[in-house]
Amino acid sequence: MEDMTQVDRAMSTQQDVKITARGVQVYYGDNHAIKDVSVDIDDKTVTAFIGPSGCGKSTFLRCLNRMNDTIDIARVEGAIKLDGEDIYDPKVDPVQLRAKVGMVFQKPNPFPKSIYDNVAYGPRIHGLARNKAELDEIVESSLRKAALWNEAKDRLNQPGTGMSGGQQQRLCIARAIATAPEVLLMDEPCSALDPIATAQVEELIDELRQSYSVVIVTHSMQQAARVSQKTAFFHLGNLVEYDDTDKIFTNPHDSRTESYISGRIG
Amino acid sequence: MTDATASGIPTSKAKGKSLLEQDVRTRKRNAAEKRFRAYGVVAIVIGLSFLAALLFTIVKNGTPAFTQTYINVDVVLDENILDKPGNRDLEDISKVTTFGYTPIIGRALVEATEGIETDVSDRDLVKMVSASAGAQLRDFVLANPEMIGETVEFRLLASSRVDGYMKGRVQREDLARDKNLDAAHLDLVDVMVEQGSVERVFNWDFILGADASESRPEQAGIGVSMLGSFFMMLVVLFLALPIGVAASIYLEEFAPQNRFTDLIEVNISNLAAVPSIVFGILGLAVFIQFAHLPQSAPIVGGLTLTLMTLPTIVISTRASLKAVPPSIRDAALGVGASKMQSVFHHVLPLAMPGILTGTIIGLAQALGETAPLLLIGMVGYIATNYPDGIASGFLDPNSAMPAQIYEWAKRADPAYYERAWGGIIVLLLFLMTMNIIAILLRRKFERRW
Repeated sequence: MEDMTQVDRAMSTQQDVKITARGVQVYYGDNHAIKDVSVDIDDKTVTAFIGPSGCGKSTFLRCLNRMNDTIDIARVEGAIKLDGEDIYDPKVDPVQLRAKVGMVFQKPNPFPKSIYDNVAYGPRIHGLARNKAELDEIVESSLRKAALWNEAKDRLNQPGTGMSGGQQQRLCIARAIATAPEVLLMDEPCSALDPIATAQVEELIDELRQSYSVVIVTHSMQQAARVSQKTAFFHLGNLVEYDDTDKIFTNPHDSRTESYISGRIG
Repeated sequence: MTDATASGIPTSKAKGKSLLEQDVRTRKRNAAEKRFRAYGVVAIVIGLSFLAALLFTIVKNGTPAFTQTYINVDVVLDENILDKPGNRDLEDISKVTTFGYTPIIGRALVEATEGIETDVSDRDLVKMVSASAGAQLRDFVLANPEMIGETVEFRLLASSRVDGYMKGRVQREDLARDKNLDAAHLDLVDVMVEQGSVERVFNWDFILGADASESRPEQAGIGVSMLGSFFMMLVVLFLALPIGVAASIYLEEFAPQNRFTDLIEVNISNLAAVPSIVFGILGLAVFIQFAHLPQSAPIVGGLTLTLMTLPTIVISTRASLKAVPPSIRDAALGVGASKMQSVFHHVLPLAMPGILTGTIIGLAQALGETAPLLLIGMVGYIATNYPDGIASGFLDPNSAMPAQIYEWAKRADPAYYERAWGGIIVLLLFLMTMNIIAILLRRKFERRW
């Protein structure tokens, strides 16, 4: 009940709700990984999920675009709605959902293809471009949005795997936004990057907030504090606290949150 | 760690000992490492020497098969023997059997050896040429009936004994109790070599020709059975590769993990270890006795070998699919690719080099297989000539290279022994060609990073 009041308070302060999750339970076989999580994720906002390792924040993130479907033993209960539509409805094709809800992974994972093909792959399979010129434009604007255009424009035909780690991660972000998603999920996008690349990606995330709803899982509390407007703290599969980032980091409601951000548990 | 003090911080007992001298443990460790490296080098040297011995024996025993002795003679195509009515009617000409040409060859040889001092009677001169010479002449006459009455120069196959003498396989003393040839013949051959009418040339017929009967090793070639192997490999490639790859992709990427798929998995591994003769009897029962496909046909051989090759291809394909990092699958699914798109656009191209390697191993195995062919009638003397076309290449009785080699090796005449070794060289070259093609293909795929 306490969680509900948190959610309600968060809702009252915000404009558009993009994703609503109610009573979400996730099981990996016998392991109850997510316990009754309810949360509202706002549009044009960066929402950070924090918590110790194994607390379920990545699992919950993967529920939002049904990536858990690929794991045979995973089972999801409860309701998750994107713009009021239940994404776990049997009529929903996860492929269509994932075009709307893009994802960036922990480790940069560009396709072993050229930079151009990496970005163009999504628009190609979804038929977003009618001709080569349109596709070129999508690729360029995606790379621009991902702050990679200046570095990549002269080497579009070179393999994406030949770039540095930070560039690869920005390429993955460009690839994710090329399909014009509405929500962008990021699973620890900076954990494999050095501080400079991290700063670049964080800056990028802040810009992406203008057009997308961004959900980011992170282990770095400083990062959560820097980039997010809302923060959710997960612990042992429970959503302990969800509120404005400022509030979580300065005046947390729950003692567990306070312990975690001050470094006593984790 | 053994000398950890009570405080839990390990300190060295040998404090102050110089780094410049090795302690006992280090010396032992280094000695063990050196010993192990020495074992490795010895193992490699042994392996290489076996390989060298094998190659040396094959080349030494096999190369004579690639040359062949011929006797050049001017043959008078006597009208009185070949075309008694004298009207060049093909029907009349074809009434003269191969045997009927022997006197003509005999007469030509008598003329060729005129002036040479010899103990060989005129009648026995014919023993110097192959029994196939009559057929060679007859084929010529039937094709060119207008040449009857003329004198034509022919290059006739020498008999296997003469050929063996030219290659150093047959000595005079070997012929003491041989009814096929006398030592006197060899003296004659020596003179004829000097005259230039007996010569040893490169043996295209061995590479391109068909098998011959037991008494005519000089005529036998591996070409037709090479075609048999080729057609079988086509069947194997075009069945085993798509079926094997499709099965692996399904099992690896799509199939649910349950008891049934576990059972399939175990059985595929078991099938890879089943003796090949078992596949042979399965092929006999299913393809010949049940489906009534023709016996001894490359298509049946190919189908049987496909059964044998499938597990190899499935196992290696699954292994290479497994080796593709899961992050690539995630990436594809993450941008909204369907499962099939992620497999065909991203996973399969990355797995392609591994799949090709597995396929070529399977094909090489199938190419060298003899046991299953025993049971479907592809081993033995199969009097086949070149297939007339693609359909007959698949359906007409034929042998395969390893079966042909086995067949030659078990025949009594030592001339066939030489052919068997020569056949192995051809088989190895065929295999090498296949491997090179596969390596080139793999390179092409690997270049797409």
